[in-house]
Amino acid sequence: MSQPTSSSSRLAEALSGWPPPVLDPRGPLSNTTTTLAWVLIALMTIIFVLVCVAMWVALYGSDPLRARLGGEKVVRWFGLIVPAGILLALLAWGTTMVAGMTTLRGDELRMRIAGNIYWWRVSYLDASGREVAADANELHIPVGQPVVVEMVSEDVIHSFWVPKLGGKMDMIPGRVNRLKLQADRAGVYGGQCAEFCGGAHSLMGFVVVAHEAADWQRWLERRRVAAAATTPTAAPAGEDAAVQRGRQLFAEVGCAVCHRVAGTAAQGLSGPDLTHVGSRQSLGAGILPNNRATLIGWIGDSQSIKPNNRMPAYRSLGAGELNALAAYMESLR
Amino acid sequence: MSAPTAGGATGAADDAADRPSETGFDPRLYARFPTPGKRPAGEFEALEQVWATPSGFSRLSAVNNNVVGFYFIVTAFGFFVAAGILSLVMRVQLTAPLAGIVPQETYNQLFTMHGSVMMFLFAVPAVEAIAVMLLPQMLAARDLPFPRLSAYSFWAYAIGGTVFFGSVFFSLAPSDGWFMYPPLSSGVYSKGINADFWLLGIGFIEISAIAGAIELIVGVLRTRAPGMSLARMPVYAWAVLIFGVMVIIAFPAMIMVTFLLELERAFNWPLFDATRGGDPLLYQHLFWFFGHPDVYIIFIPASAMVSTMVVAVARKPLVGHELVVLAMIATGFISFGVWAHHMFTVGLPELAAGYFSAASMAVAIPAGAQVFAWIATLASGRPQRNAPARFLVGGILIFVMGGLTGVMVGMVAFDGQAHDTYFVVAHFHYVLIGGMVFPLFAGFYYWTPMVIGRALSERIGRCVFWLMFTGVHVTFLPMHLTGLMGMPRRVDTYLPGRLWEIPNAISTVGAFIMAAGVLLFLVDAIRCYRGPSSGNAENVFGAGTLEWLATGNYAVRSIPVVRDLEPLWADPHLRGNVESGRYFLPGTATGERETLVTSTLQAEPQYVQVMPGPSWWPLLSAVFTAGFFLLLTVKALVLSAACGVLTVLCLTRWLWSNDRHVPLEKVDAGGGVMLPTYVAGPQSHGWWAAVLLDIVLGAIFLMAMFAYLYLLGAHPDWWKVPAPRQTLVPGLALLAGATGAAWAARPAMARFERGAGLGALLMTVSMACLVVALALDALDWWRAGLRGAASGQGAAVYAMLAWHSAVVAAVVLSTVFYLLRWMRGLAPRPANKTLEALRLLFLYAALEGTAALVLPRVVPWGAA
Repeated sequence: MSQPTSSSSRLAEALSGWPPPVLDPRGPLSNTTTTLAWVLIALMTIIFVLVCVAMWVALYGSDPLRARLGGEKVVRWFGLIVPAGILLALLAWGTTMVAGMTTLRGDELRMRIAGNIYWWRVSYLDASGREVAADANELHIPVGQPVVVEMVSEDVIHSFWVPKLGGKMDMIPGRVNRLKLQADRAGVYGGQCAEFCGGAHSLMGFVVVAHEAADWQRWLERRRVAAAATTPTAAPAGEDAAVQRGRQLFAEVGCAVCHRVAGTAAQGLSGPDLTHVGSRQSLGAGILPNNRATLIGWIGDSQSIKPNNRMPAYRSLGAGELNALAAYMESLR
Repeated sequence: MSAPTAGGATGAADDAADRPSETGFDPRLYARFPTPGKRPAGEFEALEQVWATPSGFSRLSAVNNNVVGFYFIVTAFGFFVAAGILSLVMRVQLTAPLAGIVPQETYNQLFTMHGSVMMFLFAVPAVEAIAVMLLPQMLAARDLPFPRLSAYSFWAYAIGGTVFFGSVFFSLAPSDGWFMYPPLSSGVYSKGINADFWLLGIGFIEISAIAGAIELIVGVLRTRAPGMSLARMPVYAWAVLIFGVMVIIAFPAMIMVTFLLELERAFNWPLFDATRGGDPLLYQHLFWFFGHPDVYIIFIPASAMVSTMVVAVARKPLVGHELVVLAMIATGFISFGVWAHHMFTVGLPELAAGYFSAASMAVAIPAGAQVFAWIATLASGRPQRNAPARFLVGGILIFVMGGLTGVMVGMVAFDGQAHDTYFVVAHFHYVLIGGMVFPLFAGFYYWTPMVIGRALSERIGRCVFWLMFTGVHVTFLPMHLTGLMGMPRRVDTYLPGRLWEIPNAISTVGAFIMAAGVLLFLVDAIRCYRGPSSGNAENVFGAGTLEWLATGNYAVRSIPVVRDLEPLWADPHLRGNVESGRYFLPGTATGERETLVTSTLQAEPQYVQVMPGPSWWPLLSAVFTAGFFLLLTVKALVLSAACGVLTVLCLTRWLWSNDRHVPLEKVDAGGGVMLPTYVAGPQSHGWWAAVLLDIVLGAIFLMAMFAYLYLLGAHPDWWKVPAPRQTLVPGLALLAGATGAAWAARPAMARFERGAGLGALLMTVSMACLVVALALDALDWWRAGLRGAASGQGAAVYAMLAWHSAVVAAVVLSTVFYLLRWMRGLAPRPANKTLEALRLLFLYAALEGTAALVLPRVVPWGAA
């Protein structure tokens, strides 16, 4: 499904700034906002042009025109009454629009994203709110179905924003905010933290992957099974030597202190869950394509790629060791 | 038209028939002005001598508004240039993806400083500075009512601001964004002293803004020229009044929120820490309750500058003068109800979001009225084509664009996409540049001849305008698109392949075009302002307001009777008559600096205020205040304490000479109108300032109470310590005692022969009651087991008490001060201004103590 090359081109497409993602909606909610944006842009342009014309007349117009413009009646009508009417209409429209966007039926799929300093913890929940699968920096949703994502924070304030799917929602310590998301087409959609969260805020990206509903069901089922595995599974027969070496190193150099790989002894929770890291679209929270080279670069010296992130640079590891670790990561799909 | 006196009915005498007098002053006396005959020899020379500004190094001790106001404007403009240079570095960094011109941490410091400096060290001080310079001239007052306070507030700002700005050169500058949201700015996530530098810098602006606001409000309400009733008050004076009132309401929220953040950082009190019963949103509410009105605090005076200049440019009265005044009042009022539109994405309840959206749009209506009033005024006249006019028209158009995108982001659904992106960056730069920077530049071109008697170059002015106007659009117009392309604000870099580099590169070019304009302006300004003032400027723009009267250091030679909204248009001889001393206070009546204090509504002369002259004490007080806070920030506690003591000593020495009697109890203020020279109580301008200060203190404490209630509402489960109620009765009794004693001090002094001593005794008793009540209150909580670091409850209760103890400390110092004065015989009966002012402070402190005692013990009632 996702070869490294296709994954990196899909990532590039997801992150592209053209056409402007705010004006290129891929879901019903962002669709409404985009309509609103176009109406507002048109309206404001017309008003601005009219003000410019009025100013031009005031400065250069013929005397009778200027005389008509130079009275208190103009102030009353164009300064007070007309704007009040326009604003009232906009407000009425805007209010009804928001109501539709935030109304919850109650039976939507539940997911949770927790903002962390420069990455995102993702949980898939069952109807009762229990976590059934864990992941990081990537959210998988089914097409055509509203999903309610609970937004929480584990440190400072972050803000979740995937412009093609809809507005942003802050993640505030001590609170649970709910954002409704829906995609109408399968694809990969880029996003980024929108609330300044210190240091590497600018490199705190994110992707949403929308699957056809049936694919998504199968995908989630696989994840659920992997997450439920509690006893360490034996290494599959015929495993690549580099992967084996990497698996060993992973335990030896201390990766497991922060990272979790379900079904192994690695149960660290302070960093991103790596159970399926090999299948992710991106690396380093939405900033790098995911392949052997970038994995090696990231593990060896993530600090030079994303300064101030919480992962220490492993400069002491040799090229062979880094390659082995990267191979192991690639194998976690 | 009853009983015209000899001398004939004038406009002012006509008024007398219509309205009863406000103060008992007979408006028919105005008919004596302009006074006939020649002025006595030597009168003018004496006036000049009393108001002479010290020269050389001693010039730093000057307190006149024309000197301090000028320093103030130059300093604020310096910060504008400095913060602008920071933005150029940022623009270069953003020109290309992953540019690596400056490291991440430096960039984060740069944008934090750019925002903080532009808002706090440039915009607010600049409008205050212009008001210090301009207001007395427009009101034909000799000076602002508290010249030394202006000097203090300027020096505190200049020194504190410079130190704060300097932190950027040592990588000690704050890096959490100019609104410094916790938890990012808390001790956990911002460990260094960088964030403390921010709190330090902001502290100085708070001091200087509050001092300025009190002074300007009293200035507008009490030092207008006789006859300048509210209806004849220039639109700019209205704006300054609204500015002052807004500062007094909005800045307390900022003062409290910075106080709370410092408490959290210094003592680990979890006010904003959700893991212990605090709440990060409490910070946001308090910050934006200040932060949004702050935009209008900046905009309203600037808009009134536009109104003033548009009138002069068109040479016609302002179309819809009353509407414009009402629009400014409405803007100020509405602006306090819109703060949460900065918080649409925090997950507000839908109803709240709807309300804040509606209020935010409503604020566009008065702004629209002002814009059309300006356009109509220009249309009604024959607009002159000159530098001020260019900046006015350009500024109005830029502001309209910012206002229109403001309506867009006021829509909740659109804001969900635009919030925290470059779209918003574009929006507020359009608003602030069009609403404040361009009017400021127009003002520079317009009022320079008034200040120095020479004009800035018209030819260079045209270049400056076109460079800046082009620069603004080239920089900020593409940013709308950058935002829609998905670029969040406050990012030090971005990835390749997103095409963000195209609009970003254009913006960078624009920023340098704008910078070239500012640079060109600087060159011209330095050229123009070098060398001595060439004296009085003619009324070069043919304006109608009083600042175009001929002036010296003494301001106007004599204070005219005002009979019209544009007095210079109504009476072509006014300028000449004022200059030859035919109105009020043509010389110095007491041999000291003085100005005329008039009544609030009708501006009827009430008394002659004797004003303080040059002094080093305000400057020294400011130096030591700065030293105190700065050394505290770098944790040099002993030196800091020493500076604190020196500050108190300097302030005491300064205030010591403030309340003094002059030998003459009544003087001829001109035309034989006899006025008193010493007034205590509600008539005196000092009493008004004291009341305003108590209102500020009260507003600050209200914010502390709000914080308590907010945390209780959001996290009641952290209210674990049952309220100890045994102190309620003794505490209330003590506070009642404090109130009674302070209240009785005035009648006791007036009635009894030995009342001076009795007054001092009662004040001491009141102080003692306040101290004991505070101690009981705090001890009660401590014994009940409440700890500040343990919970939101502890933090909120002790935060209130911490603020209250600062007020009680001021009460203790005031008591010592008053006792010293009494011992030296400087607290005479039947009444003196010092007692009147302090008494109000004590009464306020008792009220605050009551609130601090009762609120946390009564709410929540059920907790046990």
